[in-house]
Amino acid sequence: MTFIYPTDSNKAHPLPLSPEYKSSIKRAPNKPLIPMRHTLSELTGPVYGHETVREGDNDLTTQHTGEPLGERIIVHGHVRDEDGRGVPNSLVEIWQANSCGRYVHVRDQHPAPLDPNFTGAGRAVSDASGYYRFVTIKPGAYPWGNHHNAWRPAHIHLSVFGHSFVTRLVTQMYFPGDPLFPFDPIFNSVPDEKARMRMVSSFDLENTKPEWALCYRFDIVLRGKNATPMENH
Amino acid sequence: MQDNGITPSQTVGPFFKYGLTPSGEYAWNDAFTNSTLTPDVTGDRIRIEGRVLDGDGVVVPDAMLEIWQADAQGRFADPQDKRALPNASFRGFARCGTDKDGNYSFDTVKPGAVPDPDGNPQAPHIVLAVFGRGMLRHLYTRIYFSDEAGNSADPVLGLVPADRRATLIAVREAGKPVYRLDLRLQGGDETVFFDV
Repeated sequence: MTFIYPTDSNKAHPLPLSPEYKSSIKRAPNKPLIPMRHTLSELTGPVYGHETVREGDNDLTTQHTGEPLGERIIVHGHVRDEDGRGVPNSLVEIWQANSCGRYVHVRDQHPAPLDPNFTGAGRAVSDASGYYRFVTIKPGAYPWGNHHNAWRPAHIHLSVFGHSFVTRLVTQMYFPGDPLFPFDPIFNSVPDEKARMRMVSSFDLENTKPEWALCYRFDIVLRGKNATPMENH
Repeated sequence: MQDNGITPSQTVGPFFKYGLTPSGEYAWNDAFTNSTLTPDVTGDRIRIEGRVLDGDGVVVPDAMLEIWQADAQGRFADPQDKRALPNASFRGFARCGTDKDGNYSFDTVKPGAVPDPDGNPQAPHIVLAVFGRGMLRHLYTRIYFSDEAGNSADPVLGLVPADRRATLIAVREAGKPVYRLDLRLQGGDETVFFDV
């Protein structure tokens, strides 16, 4: 199948400069991006499959000798294209804070405990239908210095590859009903409300494992449409 | 009805290193390094290095760069490129986090020429994605090479105002297979970024 990547789809993304998010002020280009036709360099992309992922890389709760503290959760869903087709064999990388909202990164020094049994990094490859699955701990909210009393809503960072270099996506998955949404300039940098809500996972009672873990579903939609769509007659 | 609008981008943030570029400093393994080199790769081995700078000219110590490129024969390690793949294990992809002084480097091979959609050759180039704290979506740019005569006829460089083209051209150091290119996210000599 040959894919096309209309640039109109990029309107779902935040604008580079979002002044409420202070770090964007000196890191957003002043000059407009230059439009160009996609060439093979843009229409192809790295192919990484199961050999990139070790057994257990998608379970962030079993990477150390003991179990991490916090609320165990399953995060699963499909990687899809803009026609709704599953994107198979796509690498999904995640990283997140622990249940107290603390990252193991050396630059995160806010007064919340580290968990010796939780690093917070994971990796999975989508299957033939585009399905992926992680087991992890629900991350906590955490303070940051953007403005007075700024707290990030709980989130999991995701990095996804897809069919080409222009489908590359780094985003954050949020949890439904978070009271911090109205106050977060990163979440609200996405101008369209429907697009913004696509970053919010849904509570998935059906796939919750009784006595073990709650479940959240997060479908990821990457750029890409069939170049020669079939007409429905 | 199913909503197939794409998932919006969010910043990679300041804390990606332990997940995406741990480099032996965290209890997690690297899926990728800053090298595309494989034992069977053919072509000229080169290093590309430089710094990432913000709108004040201050170094960016928490950027992540990713490159994607053809091999020395101008072919991509992706079945969507229908031509033969002479470098069997070459992938053409690498990832690098900037260090505390904003430095990055990639070890790779000089790519061959790749055709444009009309079948005309593009000058050898590497596609580069730039991620960072403060960057709500990553930026796309290209790396060209100062010692390539084909630059003057390259269809993509031709879209760029002449006085900005130098921001895309890595400069070869005398006598060494090393090319240097600084990336400026904002300002008068801002790197050209493409709307792809």
